[in-house]
Amino acid sequence: MSSLDELYQNVILEHNRSPRNYRAMTDADGKAEGNNPLCGDQVTVWVRMEGDTIGDVSFQGAGCAISRASASLMTAAVKGKTREETDALFDRFHLLVTGRLPTGDTETLGKLAVFSGVSEFPIRVKCASLAWHTLRSALDTNTTSKE
Amino acid sequence: MSATATPALDVERLRRDFPILSQRVRGKPLVYLDNAATSQKPRHVIDAVSRFYASENANIHRGVHYLSERATQAYDAVRERVARFINAAAPGEIVFTRGTTEGINLVAQAWARNTLRPGDEILLTGLEHHSNIVPWHLVAGQTGAVVRAVPINDAGELDLGAFDRLLTDRTRILALAHVSNALGTITPVRWMVARARDRGIVTLVDGAQSAPHLPVDVQALGCDFFAFSGHKVFGPTGVGVLYGRAERLEAMPPWQGGGDMIETVTLDRSTYAPPPARFEAGTPMIAEVMGLGAALEYIESVGHAAIGAWEEELLGYATERLGELEGLRLIGTAREKAAVLSFVVDGVHPHDVGAVLDDEGIAIRAGHHCAQPVMRHFGIPATARASFAFYNTRDEVDALVRGLVRVRAVFA
Repeated sequence: MSSLDELYQNVILEHNRSPRNYRAMTDADGKAEGNNPLCGDQVTVWVRMEGDTIGDVSFQGAGCAISRASASLMTAAVKGKTREETDALFDRFHLLVTGRLPTGDTETLGKLAVFSGVSEFPIRVKCASLAWHTLRSALDTNTTSKE
Repeated sequence: MSATATPALDVERLRRDFPILSQRVRGKPLVYLDNAATSQKPRHVIDAVSRFYASENANIHRGVHYLSERATQAYDAVRERVARFINAAAPGEIVFTRGTTEGINLVAQAWARNTLRPGDEILLTGLEHHSNIVPWHLVAGQTGAVVRAVPINDAGELDLGAFDRLLTDRTRILALAHVSNALGTITPVRWMVARARDRGIVTLVDGAQSAPHLPVDVQALGCDFFAFSGHKVFGPTGVGVLYGRAERLEAMPPWQGGGDMIETVTLDRSTYAPPPARFEAGTPMIAEVMGLGAALEYIESVGHAAIGAWEEELLGYATERLGELEGLRLIGTAREKAAVLSFVVDGVHPHDVGAVLDDEGIAIRAGHHCAQPVMRHFGIPATARASFAFYNTRDEVDALVRGLVRVRAVFA
């Protein structure tokens, strides 16, 4: 497989075409906007908590296939997870896209492992991480609004 | 064949002057279509820079020794060459800068900051690069002046009716691009500058994208200031030119203080050198200036007429070929254009277009091109942009088209 095929794996192309949870949320208790000033990409992430876990999460925005698919797969991956579990998952995901995750650990990421090809394209790390950073901000707004 | 007397370019021969163009990237021959970002360098420029360091290096305007005298003469000879290149009235009207951005900031800080009053208006256009917007925002914040902009239409041309209405008794400076970096639009600079001058308005032309492609005659344009960059005219990075009409430069205080820009200094006060030295504090980028001189000499040897004719042919051919591609929309279709094609592909983000083309060895730019107001006008976050230079070929246009067919296939 060429680096380009590694980058644009079928799962990524499919999520780019039909992103999951691509909608605004009216009953969210956390919301944040993320921007990549380098390319003008923009994403909005909404979260609704159920107790300590993420009950629902959604996104909208404009970005490349990598950022769109990453946001889509992220929403599927973090539903039902606690804040701590989400943070830990993002940390491993970030190691993966920057090429620093030990090979044996890749399967712990489940479907998110399809982003391994990003590490060959350092400029795309920001595309893959934008939704995750924005999710963290959304979770932060949620905490402040509750307390 | 057309009936013009313009000699045809021997593009294949010229390409051999550019060492970088013969390399392969990602296993494919490099197709370099990112010339609006920066141009490649001919051997003449690379040699001039390394020759300076290998056998001519010395500081200028200081030493009494042989090398310093030679470096000083060579540096001042480039100033004369630049003056001829843009038809300035005198070499003293040529200030060396780090690039277009620094030239515009120099005018904003040394002229505008000392001149503008609250409510005065700075008139820009909706085509500007951020480098001809942000320096004016800074000076507006410092002086209370207001920034206005001439809107653009859906072809990416300036709305000249609106321009006339925006010229008011409060307008103090018109600062506009000669050629849009994002769309390639050539603006009617001469006409607009004349309208502004009739009202006593100071004018600055951002020539970053015109100097590589069009013959520039600052006296015919009639502008007070004209800024361009060395690295876009096949010269080194880190050097640029600000042309300023003599009486304007004379009336401006220094911008930065330091060595080389003074007459006398006591511990209490300094008096300043006349222009252009007044605006060149500190040791300048001497080697880069040598490279710039070699670049302008190279352009003159190729010839502006031949460059213009070939680039127009490339633009016409590329516009036609890209127009045949389904799902591709050109952004910026002005009647007067330089060889720049900005476009979007249905359902494919420009970054992804760029990534697939890169895999084919084709270098384009994807993004907002530091022209977010232009993107906002068209309601898009970004475009893909192929920008040409005289060393590009019809075969490279064909390679771009094949790459774009693959883009559609990958994201089908």
